[in-house]
Amino acid sequence: MTAADAVAIRATGVVKTFGGLKAVDVERIVIPKGRITALIGPNGAGKTTFFNLLSGFDKVDSGTIELDGEDITGMPPHRLAAKGMVRTFQLTKVLSKMSTLENLKLGALGQRGENFFVALFRGLWADQEAAIERRADALLERFNLGHMRDEFAGTMSGGQRKLLELARAMMTDPQVIMLDEPMAGVNPALAQSLLEPIKSLRDEGRTVVFVEHNMDVVREIADRVIVMSEGRVIAEGTPEEIRTNRAVVDAYLGTHRGTESDGGGAQ
Amino acid sequence: MDWGFILERTLSAMIGPEVVVYALAAVGLNVHFGYTGLMNFGQVGFMAAGAYGMGITVFWFGWSFWVGLLFTFVYGAVLALILGLPTLRLRADYLSLVTIAASETIRIVARSRVMKPVTGGAEGIDAFAKPFYDLSPFELGDFYRLGPFKFLGRDVWMLVVGWIVLVAVTLLVSQLMKSPWGRALRAIREDEDAARALGKNAYSYKMQSLMLGGLIGALAGLLQVIQKASVQADTFNPVITFTIWAILIIGGPGRVWSPIVGSMIYWTIIVFVENTLRQLPAGTRTNLESWINLSDFNIGMLRFILVGLGLLLLARYRPQGIFGSREEMALDRR
Ligand SMILES: Nc1ncnc2c1ncn2[C@@H]1O[C@H](COP(=O)(O)OP(=O)(O)OP(=O)(O)O)[C@@H](O)[C@H]1O
Ligand SMILES: [Mg+2]
Repeated sequence: MTAADAVAIRATGVVKTFGGLKAVDVERIVIPKGRITALIGPNGAGKTTFFNLLSGFDKVDSGTIELDGEDITGMPPHRLAAKGMVRTFQLTKVLSKMSTLENLKLGALGQRGENFFVALFRGLWADQEAAIERRADALLERFNLGHMRDEFAGTMSGGQRKLLELARAMMTDPQVIMLDEPMAGVNPALAQSLLEPIKSLRDEGRTVVFVEHNMDVVREIADRVIVMSEGRVIAEGTPEEIRTNRAVVDAYLGTHRGTESDGGGAQ
Repeated sequence: MDWGFILERTLSAMIGPEVVVYALAAVGLNVHFGYTGLMNFGQVGFMAAGAYGMGITVFWFGWSFWVGLLFTFVYGAVLALILGLPTLRLRADYLSLVTIAASETIRIVARSRVMKPVTGGAEGIDAFAKPFYDLSPFELGDFYRLGPFKFLGRDVWMLVVGWIVLVAVTLLVSQLMKSPWGRALRAIREDEDAARALGKNAYSYKMQSLMLGGLIGALAGLLQVIQKASVQADTFNPVITFTIWAILIIGGPGRVWSPIVGSMIYWTIIVFVENTLRQLPAGTRTNLESWINLSDFNIGMLRFILVGLGLLLLARYRPQGIFGSREEMALDRR
């Protein structure tokens, strides 16, 4: 990360404990704007918990989180979404008894018809609804879900659910999009085709943070990699720097115990 | 055995005052449970709020029926706020605990001696519905007949108004549920966290849902006391809540016409069983009486036992209810 990079998210001194367990304990994490940042680390490293803290689904014990320089610590998820920050879930959350199309349409922000009194008068929101539907249909095609359009989302396979979540998150037109293992369970050919849409998110100037275990994927699309282990950041850098980092290798092999690592990469 | 009489009673019951009152209360519960997933086990509390909104306004303050109508909604909305504010941020079960407790609290407080000057205590309040019946184009004391249906004039008037209100509210709810507002409610029913992540203020929507369904319940309570022409605390007992649930389950939650059809089926069965048991030929009656004493009380209980049996069969063979889809229900298990 060069000095010229603007900061999308800055987390400072963020700690989260469950009982006696320090699930997250990061001194400083900076997510650059308009880049793809990968968050990696062994199982139980605290990646999902860190996502929950950033997205307002969990409260920090201490520390601050900033979005575009604004303190968003403790802000509820729906307000963060309105600020352009959206996340997906590792364990997918599809709305089973709603159609695939409805799942997507829900994602659009600023819907006039979501106000009770406006909802009573169809004429006040019908045009916007039609526009939202066109956008949803385009996304369904892009994610190979066109044939599922009118099916209940609950009938989808695991991989399709991942695609649905990603497409639904895109409906919010986010500035910052956080994906928790978006490729898990998606067949390799399709996963490959997901890489392009994610890259194009960056090319449109959006910030992407994603958790991923597959290092090939990380190497292919990530600009920056942050490695977590036991709640801490143990390394940071470009994919190439991370690949050769001793502490990272140790962490993945399970021999890493200390926190003395300097991270090895460019700081 | 007079089958003609039984048929007349049963057919009249199919569209009678109970059907309207319970269907309307079930429309409210459908907003809560069917569309939003809120577990409200105290719908009768909203009915009581609506009834006392009217009763107390007229009885205690001496204001008119029409001001009472306004207070029916005020009481319903205030109850929704009291129940929702502390519980809707918590796990779903808290709402069910609080609603059932609140509805019983309302009944017990309303019937208490201390509250007698305000609520009339256990004897209740009457003489408030006259302005409503003054508007009736039907002769209140005469019987009216139309095909197989036969009702007193005052009931005909209540039924005309009641069915218009019921159908109008049902259509309104149907329209709302097709809107983006309704979509947000259904999304919260399916997965609250998903809805929150997509920018929906789940707490606010759940509160709106609780209020809308509660106001509809309050209106149902008002219709009930207008029909009975009295507000009595003990008519608002938990059995009513469970009946409303049974009606919604029979029809299938989350479907527009479930409350009306469920209520018609429920009351048809109840009235048919009751009248048949009362009209049994002497021989059958003696045979049965060697096994169970067919007193009025026991006949009342037998009706519920048979309805319970019917619900068991429904749960076994059509768990999704009349309008529900089995395919949809199966999605819960995936
Ligand atoms: N709600 C919770 N209650 C108690 N402990 C929790 C809770 N959530 C997470 N943890 C613990 O926090 C630690 C970090 O979990 P987290 O889910 O963040 O890991 P992760 O890096 O996402 O792992 P994975 O790669 O397996 O998804 C784990 O030890 C987990 O057991
Ligand atoms: Mg995880």
